[in-house]
Amino acid sequence: MIKRLDASELIFKIIAYVLLTIFAILCLYPFVYAVSSAISGEEAVNAGRVILLPIDPQFKAFQYTFSLKEFWLCYSNTLFLTLFGTIFSMAVSMLGAYALSKTRLPFGRTLNFLLVFTMWFSAGLFATKLNYDNSREIFHNIGILDDKWLVVIAMGVNAYNIILLRNGFAGVPKEIEEAALVDGANEFQIANKVYFPMSKATIATVALFYGISRWNGYFWAAQVMSDQNQFPLQVYIKNFLTANTNVDSRPTYDGFSVDSLFYCLIVCAIIPIIIIYPFIQKYFAAGVNLGGVKE
Amino acid sequence: MEKEKILINEETQSETKVEKEAVEEYYEKNHWKITFKRMLKDWRLYLMLLPLVLVFIFWRYLPMYGLTVAFKNFDAGKGIIGSDFVGLAGFQFIIKNATFWRAFRNTFMLSFYGLLFGFPMPIILALLFSEVKNQVYRSVLQVLSYLPKFVSLVVVTTLIQLLCADKTSSSSGGIITQLIVNLGLLKPAVEGGPVAFIRNPDCFRTIYQVSGIWEQAGYGSIVYFAAILSISPTSYEAARMDGANKWAQIKYVTFPGIASTLTIMLILKIGQLFTVGYEKVYLLYTIDTYETADIVSTFVMRYAGMDANGQTSIIAKAIAASADLFNSLIAMFLVIGSNMISRRVSDTSLY
Repeated sequence: MIKRLDASELIFKIIAYVLLTIFAILCLYPFVYAVSSAISGEEAVNAGRVILLPIDPQFKAFQYTFSLKEFWLCYSNTLFLTLFGTIFSMAVSMLGAYALSKTRLPFGRTLNFLLVFTMWFSAGLFATKLNYDNSREIFHNIGILDDKWLVVIAMGVNAYNIILLRNGFAGVPKEIEEAALVDGANEFQIANKVYFPMSKATIATVALFYGISRWNGYFWAAQVMSDQNQFPLQVYIKNFLTANTNVDSRPTYDGFSVDSLFYCLIVCAIIPIIIIYPFIQKYFAAGVNLGGVKE
Repeated sequence: MEKEKILINEETQSETKVEKEAVEEYYEKNHWKITFKRMLKDWRLYLMLLPLVLVFIFWRYLPMYGLTVAFKNFDAGKGIIGSDFVGLAGFQFIIKNATFWRAFRNTFMLSFYGLLFGFPMPIILALLFSEVKNQVYRSVLQVLSYLPKFVSLVVVTTLIQLLCADKTSSSSGGIITQLIVNLGLLKPAVEGGPVAFIRNPDCFRTIYQVSGIWEQAGYGSIVYFAAILSISPTSYEAARMDGANKWAQIKYVTFPGIASTLTIMLILKIGQLFTVGYEKVYLLYTIDTYETADIVSTFVMRYAGMDANGQTSIIAKAIAASADLFNSLIAMFLVIGSNMISRRVSDTSLY
């Protein structure tokens, strides 16, 4: 059969290509602009002449950023929070989701409901803050003075991610578990040797969700931490911006615009995501499709 | 002979009946014993659950108990239990407070406009994506459009503030401000620089929604794109045979094909009408834009002393917790209600 495009189909196709190309460019443009502004010359940035490509390239803004001790401190704090936070969230979520995926478990339905209930009703900002403050005091009393551990343990175990994992584990055929039980394996071994390897895609997806949210985490870290040396990068960037919003009162630097400095920090914060993004994006698409959540 | 057979039959039947009853009775009598035995058999599963249960008790359910400070004048020195009881004073305050109702209206408006403009965008994108038949080019477009979703809110709001800045907060004046001034959409108000675009309350909602679409639309299209892909190509062929043009194909083939996904997503979005992302508003709003930007969550933050521009009152903490409770309750009823509708309409519930 000859496939001939109707005029309306052809027009729609052209519109689709044009609009999507524009949209994709708009999605990328701010990041390109940020990089260009970060490495453009002082005069060009201040005059607003940078449109797409860098003008009079300089790397002094980056050099200055990299010479800041606080910057590296905050960067390493973010790495710490991302690494240990993801490990903690994943360990708790995987074990819990595995147990919750067993329909035979007495009180399993109740526990599942209590999990979902936290998605419906939250205690709100103030009560949550109070609770974090109390927890911090308790942590300090037992000798954990490092608030990073509080952020790792208290924040970022997410009901939605647990449901994703639970549904993933529930999708593994029951017969496999029964066969393993007959062979004398216990639940720990079954989870570790059968279920986790069989749900690799789901686990990777959820781990990435956790990792990204840990890397990007700002609000509660800013609320809970008081020691500047503990701040993650996002808090550092926000504070830096707030401190330098007024053009008249902010410091000037030799050879680059203050705006370039802001863009430098932005670029540093997103570079790790941009680098791993091409390799992980297929998991994000999968994660959404796993999301047909059902109790 | 016949009679005997029937008799025997009846006998065995009654016997099994008795047996069954006995078993049932045994189960009923020893229900807890049996449950306990089953639990004991699966102790390993409960051990696996333990960390999760602890995390949720300490950091999800304990704060819910903390909500009782809505009825107390919280004093850090006295703790939640020891603080003085003030009853409904916090609620009485917010019911009469114009700022609270402004925040309430803003919360609703932000999510309502988000629904109005943010909901159709991913659907349109998915429709367009399905038209791009060159797979390599399509995945490049898709991957680029998901990207903003994974960038932190601090970076997004910083970019917004820099791109929409005026001469007082950025040396260059921000490229979006320049563009808008050059297009003649906004007149430079202050001499020596374009208007304070980011600090104009009339612009806040637009900035919030446009940046929201930029962030979310690409990623949100995945669900609809998958739904469109699952429509059989023969349906389109049949429609073309009948002389349907592209518009008719979309209307009579694509839309019916994704109707169930669309319904669920719409109901879910309605359920979230009162869960506005407070982090983005907190990062983006300034004193100048309170008029349109102040939402219930930020109202809470100011009374709870979580925002730099705190508000003082003798019962500030009770006010904060009352507004929190009010917001959470409305949000919960919306979610539960929309889920019930979803169950009835499409036999699928999201939770």
